[in-house]
Amino acid sequence: MDCFETAPPEPPAVPGDAAATPVLAVEGLSHSFGARAALDGVSFGVPAGRFTVLLGLNGAGKTTLFSLITRLYNTRRGSIRVFGADMRRHPAQALARIGVVFQQPTLDPDLTVIQNLRYHGGLHGLAPADIEARAREELARIGLAERADERVRTLSGGQRRRVEIARALLHRPSLLLLDEPTVGLDIALRRQVLDHVHDLCRERGLAVLWATHLIDEARDGDGVVVLHRGRVLAAGRVEEVCAATGAATLGDAFVRLTATGGRE
Amino acid sequence: MNATLHWRCLRAVIVREGLRFVHQRERFFAALVRPLVWLGIFAVGFRAVLGLSIIPPYETYILYEDYVTPGLVAMIQLFNGMQSSLSMVYDREMGSMKTLLVSPLPRWYLLVCKLLAGVLVSIAQVYVFLAIAWFWGVQPPELGYLAVLPALVLSGLMLGALGLLLSSFIRQLENFAGVMNFVIFPMFFASSALYPLWRIREGSPTLAWIAGVNPFTQAVELIRFALYLQFNGAAFLAVTACLALFLGGAILAYDPGRGFWARRGGPAEQG
Repeated sequence: MDCFETAPPEPPAVPGDAAATPVLAVEGLSHSFGARAALDGVSFGVPAGRFTVLLGLNGAGKTTLFSLITRLYNTRRGSIRVFGADMRRHPAQALARIGVVFQQPTLDPDLTVIQNLRYHGGLHGLAPADIEARAREELARIGLAERADERVRTLSGGQRRRVEIARALLHRPSLLLLDEPTVGLDIALRRQVLDHVHDLCRERGLAVLWATHLIDEARDGDGVVVLHRGRVLAAGRVEEVCAATGAATLGDAFVRLTATGGRE
Repeated sequence: MNATLHWRCLRAVIVREGLRFVHQRERFFAALVRPLVWLGIFAVGFRAVLGLSIIPPYETYILYEDYVTPGLVAMIQLFNGMQSSLSMVYDREMGSMKTLLVSPLPRWYLLVCKLLAGVLVSIAQVYVFLAIAWFWGVQPPELGYLAVLPALVLSGLMLGALGLLLSSFIRQLENFAGVMNFVIFPMFFASSALYPLWRIREGSPTLAWIAGVNPFTQAVELIRFALYLQFNGAAFLAVTACLALFLGGAILAYDPGRGFWARRGGPAEQG
């Protein structure tokens, strides 16, 4: 429990079918603030190498879900497993495998890019030499290697976002969570960040959960989880969700789902 | 192996706090100017008003500047503790607190790291202040500068833990000023920082009693005695007990299963 490197995660539920076992498995998750239910029986999985969009309007419960997956508060009903490690029972193991990009910018503007990355690496217990090597590698990937020693303040909004993504990958997580990461970015930057994360997902086999209220951020082939008023209305690949609702586009599917699902 | 991870985490938090402090020079000067104003202006004016008798740990008549210096040292730490709690609230509002809390290390340990980093910053300030005070004529025994170090660590931890605990009750940054008025000023004035307890007793036995049980008084006395190479056992016990109480409360308050993380999340919080 207090050492996240020793105890091995529990084996996948279906032996020999490890590839299909979701990296993130959420089951029967409910959470309420007082009398108001923010999440009600939420279940879905995010497999490795799949870019999964968590789609929902403001107030759908996305932030609550992210807070539970990152253990800002405890799961009370239902379960969250990351590579088989239960968030309640083995939080350290589970957290060690998650990289997070929060909605609000969380870089220290007065510190340099590399100082920010070192801080994060230290929090995850990485060795200084590893941090240095990985940080340079990740920064080179996003074309910011030569800006490593500049203060974050001097970077543009899009560059900061990419640094945050690089930071989230520093401890080599299997699951990358992004909470509305394109808020405040213009269309070109949005596309850039979206492409970047799709590439990461494909090249490294990362499981990605990308929360958004922007329907056009889900592409064909992506996974999608439609969350509405705390409940999952549909989950699967974009094409599957469209087919199941008889809609031509995900936008239509979303409208149909929320029109019926919200009234129950 | 596990110890290595913990050490790397602690070092990262200390380096970050240190860098932030260095980058905010205004904060450094503000932290220094405040006690210097008290020492250079208030103490000079007050010297004539207040007669001091010989009380432990002093062995001779002392000037008011000598008396007030340990109190000002504790004041630096008090402001620092509150400052770091302010930064916790700020970090929480700005979201950067989350980066700390998603570290796989236990949450109580992360809070202790934060606390220790704040204490180190406050100790650096204290020594700069003591150096300036030396030129002002406040010259405790040389070994006192060394002996006061453990006292500073303990009192810094206690006041920092109090700040941490308070930060968990403050929901928004705007409420912070109010809390400060209700915490910093009463704690500072109703203590032995500016006047000895026997003097307060002459004025009001009730106030003297309040000052006596004020954790800040205990911190001041612990520092005062240590600076003059004496050990104040009662103050040591009181400060240690308060530290345990405040830190325990802060850890509970930041626990993911209870405290404000579970309570918070009104409609505005949901996305």
